[in-house]
Amino acid sequence: MTEHRTPLVEMRNISISFGGIHAVDNASIDLYPGEVVALLGHNGAGKSTLIKILSGAYKRDSGDILINGEAAEIRNPRDAKKYGIETIYQTLAVADNVDAAANLYLGRELQTRWGTLDDVAMEAKAREVMGRLNPNFKRFKEPVKALSGGQRQSVAIARAILFDARILIMDEPTAALGPQETAQVGELIKQLKKEGIGIFLISHDIHDVFDLADRVSVMKNGQVVGHARTEDVTKDEVLGMIILGKVPPKAIPGPGAMKI
Amino acid sequence: MADTLQSSTSGGARQAEANPVTRFFRATEIDTRLLGMVGALLIIWVGFHIMTGGLFLTPRNLWNLSVQTASVAVMATGMVLVIVTRNIDLSVGSILGFSGMIMGVLQAQMLPQLMGFNHPATWIVALAGGLLVGAAIGALHGSIIAFLNVPSFIVTLGGLLVWRGATWFVTSGQTVAPMNASFRLMGGGTEGSIGATASWVVGALACMAIVVAIINARQQRKRFHFPRRPLWAEYFLCVLSCAIVMGAIFVANSYYWPVNIARKYAEANNIPWPETGLFIPHGIAIPVLMAIAVGIVMTFIATRLRFGRYVFAIGGNPEAAELAGIKTRWVTVKIFTLMGVLCAIAAAISTARLNAATNAQGELDELYTIAAAVIGGTSLAGGTGTIAGAMLGALVMQSLQSGMVLLGIDTPFQRIVVGVVLVMAVWLDTIYRARAK
Repeated sequence: MTEHRTPLVEMRNISISFGGIHAVDNASIDLYPGEVVALLGHNGAGKSTLIKILSGAYKRDSGDILINGEAAEIRNPRDAKKYGIETIYQTLAVADNVDAAANLYLGRELQTRWGTLDDVAMEAKAREVMGRLNPNFKRFKEPVKALSGGQRQSVAIARAILFDARILIMDEPTAALGPQETAQVGELIKQLKKEGIGIFLISHDIHDVFDLADRVSVMKNGQVVGHARTEDVTKDEVLGMIILGKVPPKAIPGPGAMKI
Repeated sequence: MADTLQSSTSGGARQAEANPVTRFFRATEIDTRLLGMVGALLIIWVGFHIMTGGLFLTPRNLWNLSVQTASVAVMATGMVLVIVTRNIDLSVGSILGFSGMIMGVLQAQMLPQLMGFNHPATWIVALAGGLLVGAAIGALHGSIIAFLNVPSFIVTLGGLLVWRGATWFVTSGQTVAPMNASFRLMGGGTEGSIGATASWVVGALACMAIVVAIINARQQRKRFHFPRRPLWAEYFLCVLSCAIVMGAIFVANSYYWPVNIARKYAEANNIPWPETGLFIPHGIAIPVLMAIAVGIVMTFIATRLRFGRYVFAIGGNPEAAELAGIKTRWVTVKIFTLMGVLCAIAAAISTARLNAATNAQGELDELYTIAAAVIGGTSLAGGTGTIAGAMLGALVMQSLQSGMVLLGIDTPFQRIVVGVVLVMAVWLDTIYRARAK
């Protein structure tokens, strides 16, 4: 099945260290179109660091990134965006003091033929996209800091899908949200999956992502413990991977698997 | 008809229970903070007018006030962008001094030798030289801040000392005078004003521009079916803005040339001296026009261009801006370069006005510029501030000083008052912001 297709993203033998500490050590993960891969592990397991290499926030020390089977050079966030990689950060990376439309288009503003900002066109598009994502959203004129956590998250997600992302990275997308808003994000992920977008979900809490993910990749101490399809493993087995690095029989072990 | 429908649905239930005053401000979208500043300014003006026994609100004093404000107002527009990105520039006074000295030496010593005495292009070359020097210094500061990661406070504190010292070295401390006659027009005065007719023309153009801008904004919103302001609010804004513009021009045109200058002018042009005296209006001063032009251009940059959007986004969340793919370091360099250019423009105004370039030119201006920006609502925490607010802040500062001079208050006490007002203004602003949340 998936093995016959070219992966959308393949990260091979990625390593990065900060001041002698191997934050990510020889890690390999992949992602196919229309698939949700959950990247799990404790705080400090290296999952955010690994994914920040893909989104261009960090530069890898070694290893390869392949997009659609071709080697990709990702040196900064702008490069990543060129490959259709969009990231939604844990810390809700929005500029608090400008409005939703300005945030949606931050770094890629629409311009009139005079080279000025086309605020009206941006607001129109923002209204359209936000209407699809979150029909209750009405506060287009206010700075984003006036919005609730869920509304800010929908702005961040809208920004990612506005530019036809093919690869979406969601770093703890529901960490700042209430139960209802979390459910909304879940719905949204299913919808994006149908459109053929590949999604990396990063979380340290498997309950958040187990029902949404097709596969899980588990990291521990900067290494990949193993990969498994969610239908092949139970939550307890995945917990064992996260905590002990113990790989269940139906999972594929990685370099970080517990040696028996 | 459609207009009222749209706006009433967008406001929802909250609008129904609002009192008429709130409804009025919501409909006209007037910035209440800016309005508060205008209110404070009017209180200061009327207060001084009463205390000085009617000396403050005269065409002559208001006209002088506008000219005195021009230099700091020009620099304050740039300081807004600097502070919005969580930086500070302590070197603006010294950059003013240095680029002013360069312009002075160029036109008084170097260019007469190269181009001949009183060459018509002298002032242009001198000004261009000053602007170039200002831009280069700003770019240097910006690059050190952005690429070598030295805090802006330190870089510009160093710049404060370095450029003040460099100013001394240009002429070994000597004052350079006089300035070129055309250059001097940038300083205002009787010669450096555009007269009654031209002032009215400028006013008429400004009013037309305001009306066109309001109509254009409305049509844009209509095109995309956004909620619009009610029609009465649009009319109100048109009339109010035009009235303010025309009022200011009327005041500038009510300040006449001093008698002896008017008499000389009459003699030179063979005009018979009338019994009642010859009344030639000043009109708007050229430095004031320059400051207004700078204000318009800077507002355009801050609100209508990508660059301005990035400045505010960086101020709001530097990390998010970086992750969104904005080249934040280059934006920083551009901001400081722009600040350097504005310092040079301010230097042209103040050297022209003084008719000399001195060592001490622009000393303490960095503090007045920062104070103007902060009084004008620029938050030192970054992310918020308006160009118009900063210029209004400069006017408030200058009004205080000029009023105290009229009252005969000693310089040390003037400084105490200005210092107290600065702290009070920021405190009041903090309260306002806390309430607005």
